[in-house]
Parts: sequence; structure tokens; C-alpha cells
Amino acid sequence: MMRGRLLWPLIALAGLILLNVVYTPSFVELRIQDGHLYGSLVDILRNGAPTMLIAVGMTLVIATRGIDLSVGAVAAIAGAIGCTWIADGGNVATAVLLALGACVLLGLWNGFLVSVVGIQPIIATLVLMTAGRGAAMLLTEGQIVTISNPAYRKIGAGFLVLPIAILISLAVLGGVALLTRRTALGMLIEAVGANPEASKLAGVRSRTITWTVYVFAALCAGVAGLMISSNVSAADANNAGLWIEMDAILAVVIGGTSLAGGRYSLAGTLVGALVIQTLTTTVYTIGVPTNVTLLFKAVVVILVCLLQSPRMARVVAGRRKSPVSAPRSEKVAAG
Amino acid sequence: MSASTLAAAGRRLPQRFLPVVATVVVFLATFGIGSVRYQDFASGQVVANLFIDNAFLIVLAVGMTFVILTGGIDLSVGAVAALSTMIAAATLRAGWPPLLAVLAVLAAGTVLGLLMGLVIHYFDVQPFIVTLAGMFLARGLCFLISVESVSIDNTAFRDFATGTFVLPGDVTVTYSVVVALVVVAAGAYVLHLTRFGRTVYAVGGSESSARLMGLPTTAAKVGVYAVSGLCSALGGLLFALYMLSGYGLHAVGMELDVIAAVVIGGTLLSGGVGYVAGSTAGVLVLGTVQALISFEGTLSSWWTKIVIGALLLAFIVLQRLIVRQRQ
Repeated sequence: MMRGRLLWPLIALAGLILLNVVYTPSFVELRIQDGHLYGSLVDILRNGAPTMLIAVGMTLVIATRGIDLSVGAVAAIAGAIGCTWIADGGNVATAVLLALGACVLLGLWNGFLVSVVGIQPIIATLVLMTAGRGAAMLLTEGQIVTISNPAYRKIGAGFLVLPIAILISLAVLGGVALLTRRTALGMLIEAVGANPEASKLAGVRSRTITWTVYVFAALCAGVAGLMISSNVSAADANNAGLWIEMDAILAVVIGGTSLAGGRYSLAGTLVGALVIQTLTTTVYTIGVPTNVTLLFKAVVVILVCLLQSPRMARVVAGRRKSPVSAPRSEKVAAG
Repeated sequence: MSASTLAAAGRRLPQRFLPVVATVVVFLATFGIGSVRYQDFASGQVVANLFIDNAFLIVLAVGMTFVILTGGIDLSVGAVAALSTMIAAATLRAGWPPLLAVLAVLAAGTVLGLLMGLVIHYFDVQPFIVTLAGMFLARGLCFLISVESVSIDNTAFRDFATGTFVLPGDVTVTYSVVVALVVVAAGAYVLHLTRFGRTVYAVGGSESSARLMGLPTTAAKVGVYAVSGLCSALGGLLFALYMLSGYGLHAVGMELDVIAAVVIGGTLLSGGVGYVAGSTAGVLVLGTVQALISFEGTLSSWWTKIVIGALLLAFIVLQRLIVRQRQ
């Protein structure tokens, strides 16, 4: 069933890559220089690493029937803490620890509002989305804090054959996949998303699980924020991670995870994040003004969502099951 | 003070008005702080300026109230407003008569909203995702028209934008304020005195019950997005009057301000409970916070975001307490 859901996003991804190859034949070329792997495909992976990382956290949140709108603001806060600490003469390790520690606190806050106070996730996290950018501005005093620290720069721009950023994202993705699919944790998360009441009655500690996924999402956002700020060696409280929550949610949805909770696909999220990043890159290479990317994004999102929508699935299933009574499936489509 | 007044108000008023009363109390309290701290704050003109500077936000909030009442959400309002400024600027530059340009803008917004509503209803895709796509679409269309900012030079348009009239008490008001207040009145009329409005409340209360009662739920569910699109287009026009230009980066993040205003105004996000008057009060609260911070002078603009976040939190917790009490 999951494979069926991944069909359309994979076709979209293949189509985009094909389009790029037709347009610039060197697109799929990879070369090794100074022990680093270079090429357009590597660039896509590198630029998409923060989105992918946030999308992994978002997948788990959405699986519990939640949503986290604050990840962009949290990423900005993490970058702001990291850069201001280093700019004030602190060392990199403490900067990273401080930033991630703050993110855990922010995640605890989100999780508290959702799981203990019982506020709708979209609104609970809207609070931090609004206030968080303000807090990030407060940390950077409204300036763009620039730093020059080679060790810090490694997080977002460094290479270990592949870009370090993508290695981190893939490691987190793999770790989460192992942790949730090789243990019962994934099933418990899905149980909480499918029916919180029933899962509680069945003995699942749904409050703890909900709380934990928000902390994890904030932590992912924090690491992504460090990558973003490290890549440009600067913390921009206003623009770092702007709209990344939307990209991450789209990646998750394109990957076939339902916003209604109860099931998730990490592989789908990976494909979704790649589709979004490839789309962005494609628009750059074709030479359309960068802002028009949004138009293409909208079209792809609408198409993929429509193709995956329950109604479309019903129509397709109806056709497959009863090829003889075709008029009936037509009626389903019309009514 | 507010706790005891609230409790007293709660005894006298039906409980469903409590969040709106709380919003008005917060508005009066923030305004009171301003009047105590700054000499010139408590003047009719400062109140009028709240309306002048936030006229477009009020119009957007009315549309958003319709959507949230059905339990949906519309993330596209800021982008549709930006698209409206762009269409207005582009058509006027092309030499269209102002009235035709205005009609084109309103039609574009309504059609976009209608399309989103149809997709949400007939394809059963979450409003969040559809309107997010709508947001991208509208912003993309803006940049397709022009990447640069387009200024509005049409004389009739400019006259309407800069035209003012004086109310008793030497208070100067722009025509946008009148438009915004008319929209609020129209919104209240439609919600409370028409079949469509009652169906909107019924759908928000319980969609399946509403359908079983034979109410036209489809029309309401699709219609609210068209209403929101129309309001976004009108709000965008007011914004174009305010800025006298069309630009794809106008009104970035405005959807969050609008949602915050509606929530602060006491509309429940689960649907079924809320008033356009509350949303208007919510916008005024946001406006007062902004005015306070600019009067203070030493505080930087980012404090606005932090204060709005804190207010949002306070109101959500209040709503939560009310809902819990009712259960």
C-alpha cells in the first residue's frame, strides 16, 4: 500500500530529474575533486539537507495527528544562539550544545501545550512561530551576526566525501527508521495518531509519546538551524529557515503521510524532500525568476495531493475492481 | 482587575460571549496602559489611526472568521492580498478604468477562493495543504506579473487613497475605514441573519449533524473559502490604497497576524463559535500593541512579535479553560 502511495512522488522526482537532464546534460555528472564528491545531484542533497532533517521530525509529529509550525522559528533561534555565542568568543562545542539545549526546551514547551494543556497543535505551535522569530531577533539584537569559524562552518558546508550536512540528515533519518520500525515505538506513535483515547486505554503512554515527538522535532529543527547558519556563517533572525516549516510539511504530505495521523512513511518523506529540493533547483537551472518557483511548487503540490486524495484512490480502486460496471465508477466520480 | 470583572461579566452574560468580552477588556486594558503612560495616546485620532492602519487586516479577519467557523483554515489570505495589489497595479498601469480594475481584483480573489473550496470539499484534501498551495500559487502569480514593485499612479485611485473626511471631534478618517466597517457589518449580517451564515455555524458545530438536518453543507463549506477569497481581494485593494503600489512581497506573513487576530477575538479553531465583532476587536488589540511599541520608541519592533505570541497564548489557554468548564 505504501509502495502505491510512493508511486506518484517517485514519478514526479524522475520527471524533474529527466527535465533537468534534457535541459542541462551535465546534470547527472558526478566528479571527485580533493576527495569531495561534486555535481548537481550532490548540490540538491546538500541544499535539501535542512528541509529533510526537519521533515523527519515533522513526520513523527504528523504521525501523532499533530503539526509543528514553529520549526522555522526554532531553527532561527538555534542559529542565533550558535552564532552569537561564537561571536562573543565562545567555542564551537558549547555553542552547539547551548543551541540544541535551547531547542529541547522549546520542544518541551510545544509538547507541554499540546499534550498536557490540550491545545490544538496548529495553534499551540503558532505561538512559538510568532514569538520565536521575535526571540531570535532579540538574541541577535536585530542584526545579522556574521562569524568566521572554520570548525562551525563544517556543519553546513563541510565535506566528508559527501557534504557533512547530508550525512547528518541521512544518519538521523536512518536512526529514526531503525528506532521506530525495529522496535514497537513506530507502532505506538501510529496508535496515538490513529486514536489517542483508545491507545491510552490500551496502555500506551500517549502523553509521553506526544511530548517526545515535539521535543524531537524541535531538536531536528535546531540541527537544521545550525546547518543553515553555518552554511552562510551568519545568523539572520528574519530569514533563516523562513517557510521551511511549509516545505517540510509539504515534503511529508507528498511522501504519503496523512495529516490525519495514524500512519507515516519515512521513505516517503525522503522522496518528498527530494522532490521539493529538485523542483527548486530545476527552476533555478531553467532560468525562471527564482520567485516564480512558488508557482511550480503550488502546481506540483496540488497535483500530487489530488492524485493521492481519498477520492482519487476510490475512483482508481473502483475502476480496477469492477471493470465491467464502469458507469458506476463514473457516478462515484461525479457525485 | 480583569479576573474579577471577567467573573462578574461571566455571570451576567451568556458564556459564549465571554471570549469576546475578554478581548474587549484586553483592548481597553492595553489602551488604558497607553493613555496612562503617554500624554497624547487617549485621543480620538489614535483610535481612528488604529482603524486606518489596520483597515485591510480587519477585512481579512472577517473572511478568516467565516473559514475558521467551519473548522477550516485559510493560509492563502496574505498571498491573495498581495496578488490583489499586483493585479490592481498592473491593470491600472495598462490603462483600465479603476472600477473595472477593482472588479477584476475582486473576481480573481473570489474565483481563487472558490477553487480552493472546491478542491477541499470534493477531493477531501486538508484545508491546510490546499490553502498552502493556494498561497504559493498566488505569490507565484504575483511574480509572474512582475518581479518588481509596480507603483499606482492612477489619479482616481490616488484621490480615493489620500481622501479623508473629518468626524465630529476633529478626527480625520480615510475611506478605507468606512469600507472595513461596512465589511464587518455585512459579515455580521450574513453570519447571523442569512441561511448561509447559520449553516456555517452548524457545519462548525457538527458537520454530520448539519448534513443530517438537510442543511446545504456543501455550499457552506465551499462558500466560506470564496468569502475569504473575496475578503482577501478587498483587503488587498485596501492595502494597495495604503501602499499605493503592487508588489509580490507585500503582506508576507499577514496570514499569521490574521489568524492571531481571529483567535484573540475569541473564535474557536475547532469551529462553531465566534463573531466578526470579536475578530475586529482582535485586530484592534494587535494594532494597539503595535501603537504602544511605536509610542515607547526605545523598544524595537520585534517586541511586537513576542507580545502578540504571549497574547495568543493567553487567549488560547482561556479558550481551553472555557471549553473544559463546559464539558
